[in-house]
Amino acid sequence: MKLEARSLVKRYGSHVALDGASFSTGPDDARVIALLGPSGGGKSTLLRVLGCLLVPDEGHVCVDGRDLPHDEVGAQAERRGNGFVFQGYNLFPHLTTLQNITLPLQEVHGMSALQAEQRAIEWLHRLGLEGHEHKRPSQLSGGQQQRAAIARALAPRPRLLLLDEPTSALDPVMTGEVLDVIRELAEEGQSIVLATHEISFARKVADQVVFLAAGKALECSPVSRFFQQPESNLARQYLEGLSRYR
Amino acid sequence: MFLAVDYRWNWAGVWRYRGQFALGWLTTLGLSLAAMVVSVAAGFLLMLGCRGRWMPVRLICAGMVELVRGSPLLVQLLIGYYIIAEALHAGFPMLVGIVLLGSFHAAYLAEIFRGAVESIGASQLEAARAVGFDRMQTYRFVIVPQAMRRALPGTTGQLVSLLKDSSLLSVIGIEELVQKVRVMNAASYAPLEGYLPLAAAYLIVTLPLARLARGLERRFAYET
Repeated sequence: MKLEARSLVKRYGSHVALDGASFSTGPDDARVIALLGPSGGGKSTLLRVLGCLLVPDEGHVCVDGRDLPHDEVGAQAERRGNGFVFQGYNLFPHLTTLQNITLPLQEVHGMSALQAEQRAIEWLHRLGLEGHEHKRPSQLSGGQQQRAAIARALAPRPRLLLLDEPTSALDPVMTGEVLDVIRELAEEGQSIVLATHEISFARKVADQVVFLAAGKALECSPVSRFFQQPESNLARQYLEGLSRYR
Repeated sequence: MFLAVDYRWNWAGVWRYRGQFALGWLTTLGLSLAAMVVSVAAGFLLMLGCRGRWMPVRLICAGMVELVRGSPLLVQLLIGYYIIAEALHAGFPMLVGIVLLGSFHAAYLAEIFRGAVESIGASQLEAARAVGFDRMQTYRFVIVPQAMRRALPGTTGQLVSLLKDSSLLSVIGIEELVQKVRVMNAASYAPLEGYLPLAAAYLIVTLPLARLARGLERRFAYET
């Protein structure tokens, strides 16, 4: 996958979340792109723009050479080809784990009830949620909820899986569970864009890093170069700060 | 308390009118049920209008809600029936009564529904967009099922109020339960007797309604 952003601007009232961010991940194909940077730097906003959940106020994004649409109809079509996983899981609390996965498969992707159920069960079992199919999200642990959310995102076989700090709300054991799943997916060739603070995980799994701070993409480089020789002072400070107690 | 009041009870006079009492009760039930359907449907549409994309629709719906909630039902019934319905040659006082009563409570329900819908967090709406739902699917599969549970207690209270407010329809000549009791009391020279069975007749409906609502709340209960 190749990502390219040109002068992205996204404002929330007077707050500027993306302030002219530009980067390009080419020329080589990257399977996993990690968005790193301090909180409030624009990672989540950029991820939402990449996933067409937000339309930028200015600028353009190219995914594999395609310009992302700015109109609602085009954006919706694009969203239907992506899988999105949020920091707070965002499962539908009134539905069972199984229904959380089957409902979009049936209503958005036109699958029959039987096909949808088979596909959902396949993913739930693969992600270690056997026996939890008929539980409501509130009856699952945080790690299980996040794995269910990953199953929901992956069941329609998305081109791109976008993960927004998927382990930030989890304890270390659950974080491990979820990171294992993401690593496996990456090894199988799933295209992933991941916003995270788990730098050692990013270092192991990502191919490319985009470093964002104050709404700008300060660096975009292959993972080894980013961790060995970060170009900007902010990236250096960020890495030092995060590795101080690890 | 009844003993302390020096009042001669005349139950025999009231008993003769039991048929009329039952007829009035059935009228009250029938028109209240119809007005409940009108109020829930119109309340839902008003809520959608208040949240709509087009400013004129939003303004009209919000204006209607405020106008209806801000004036007494009695005035609305009188103006609605003797002026608006008369000008439109609507006839059928029962139908006009159902629409007027339903519309009055629709305005309150619209606000109860709006509160419930707006309490659904932005993260749920974002998740609905992320899985590819359009606006309609988001309402159908995400917002309404979750909002319904939150709106249930308020809605039940409103429907109980509607049932009791149906007694005001006597001002436009509908012989519902309260009107029947008034006639019955006057005819049997018993000014108070009819009102005790009247209260019981309302409670027979409102108490199970409240119980049913609590049952539904439990059925829809889930932790968020």
